[in-house]
Amino acid sequence: MHLTQDYGMWKYKRMIIKGKNWKFGNDIDTDAIIPARYLNTSDPKELAKHLMEDAEKDFPSKVKPEDIIVAGKNFGCGSSREHAPIAIKAAGIQAVVAKSFARIFYRNAFNIGLPIFESDEASEKIQQGDEIEIDADKGIIRNITKDESYTANPIPPFMQELISAGGLVEWTKKKLKV
Amino acid sequence: MTITEKILAAHTGKKKVEAGELINARVDLILANDITAPIAIQEFKKTGANDVFDRNRIALIPDHFTPQKDIKAAEQCKLLRDFSKEYNLSLYFEVGRMGIEHALLPEQGIVVSGDLVIGADSHTCTYGALGAFATGVGSTDVAAAMATGECWFKVPESMRFTYYGKLNKWVGGKDLILHTIGDIGVDGALYRAMEFGGEVIENLPMYGRLTMCNMAIEAGGKNGIIVPDKVTKKYVKARAKREFKFYKSDKSAKYIEVREYDCSKIPLTVSCPHLPSNTRPASELFEITIDQVVIGSCTNGRLEDLREAAEIIKGRKVNPNVRMIVIPATQQIYKQALKEKLIDIFIDAEAVVSTPTCGPCLGGHMGILAKGEKALATTNRNFVGRMGHPESEVYLSNPAVAAASAVLGRIGTPEELGL
Repeated sequence: MHLTQDYGMWKYKRMIIKGKNWKFGNDIDTDAIIPARYLNTSDPKELAKHLMEDAEKDFPSKVKPEDIIVAGKNFGCGSSREHAPIAIKAAGIQAVVAKSFARIFYRNAFNIGLPIFESDEASEKIQQGDEIEIDADKGIIRNITKDESYTANPIPPFMQELISAGGLVEWTKKKLKV
Repeated sequence: MTITEKILAAHTGKKKVEAGELINARVDLILANDITAPIAIQEFKKTGANDVFDRNRIALIPDHFTPQKDIKAAEQCKLLRDFSKEYNLSLYFEVGRMGIEHALLPEQGIVVSGDLVIGADSHTCTYGALGAFATGVGSTDVAAAMATGECWFKVPESMRFTYYGKLNKWVGGKDLILHTIGDIGVDGALYRAMEFGGEVIENLPMYGRLTMCNMAIEAGGKNGIIVPDKVTKKYVKARAKREFKFYKSDKSAKYIEVREYDCSKIPLTVSCPHLPSNTRPASELFEITIDQVVIGSCTNGRLEDLREAAEIIKGRKVNPNVRMIVIPATQQIYKQALKEKLIDIFIDAEAVVSTPTCGPCLGGHMGILAKGEKALATTNRNFVGRMGHPESEVYLSNPAVAAASAVLGRIGTPEELGL
């Protein structure tokens, strides 16, 4: 995965995402992802320092760039704060896999270029610390530790259009020129 | 078609839209606050747009960390102020003129029936009470819409919730919605429209309808909505700043699910930590002692909510172990509460009254909880750490239960006070 550093962008040469996973449960809300007490700034680096700190003690110091988050249903429920996917991305997390995503989080992730994947199987079978590899083009999530493969729900065509444009801002730029 | 589909179709220039269809729709109003607007402004600049699509249809309301609680918050608020000046926005609300966004915009007639509204705040769904399609989006969505006047949507499937029977004493919109979320869960309406109706809703005053639609997001809903009627007409006509239009669902409208509730069986309801869906009858929670009561927020900070709390607390005192914080949601509500002597009642009861702010609801300021403390609040969320320390707890209720509990020092009901 080759991401540019710019938040509006989501450009890649080949969508293979590989990393160690952090496992979370159901209904991880946006206050757990980034508590509101830190929202007096929108600086991605500042936000990343507090990622998931109420859900997993010392998470910001434990998480490493290229790690992946795997969670249960309804990931990102609660607030509309885009600070949540921004904090995840700024901490170096490459992707989030979950059974389902809350709808505003879902929009935000595509809009800012945080790769997310829905998969019941992956969410149920992947365990804390398993190494996983995601082939985003094919929608296949491979569990290297367990030597298993899971299927992710296909990414809707419009979302693919957003991705290939490089996020909503780039998509809007093109639209404004027309 | 459902009312939701009709409004979306009308804003897409189509005769018909269907659930699942992806559309690009025209928006009537866009809003953002002091947390979400700074990112929207930054992303708007990246689009290269020369101007905003309409300077009269972008509402920027600093309400979360205002009056600016610290230097960082002040810097964020300044971004909104500067942007509003730069683009000559007519709907910027400064401290002293502002209110909690979802109370302020309907009150001022800035949102009207038939509108399509997006807001970078999840509780934007509140305006469904007026018969508008309103939904929360992210900051980048707002940035794009400020440039183009449009936003992409997947037309949601609709769920119909019908309420019938007689409401129990002190039971209102808050109890109905908490009970519903308790029934279907925090993702029970994920990606869907929640359409509320039935004889109870027809008789529910506007403030109760606003409370219900406000919490649609707590069930994962895309929007909450109520078909406009006499109550809507009276409310909207008196304040509308633009033309409004009433839409209604067809008899042949398709619903993915229909749920019916006998309201005589819905008790005073409390959501226990740490999910709004974790509901119990208030009467089963009398052993829960509390340290703080908050009456306010976009959910229950309206005049009628304050009247309800005042009716209970009048002539009584807040329990010595409890801090009670009352936050009128807008300046107009605050002024009317002064006029009606509600503020006198709260102060005499030894509660504190604050200027309008979201404040403690999201653990921002104006009443943060210490480790191990418990609060009963009329707000909308009780996630871990929502009102302060990660080891504090938040319970959610209607204003009457909150006020009675403030007197009792534990979760309780107005009946216990002989009311």
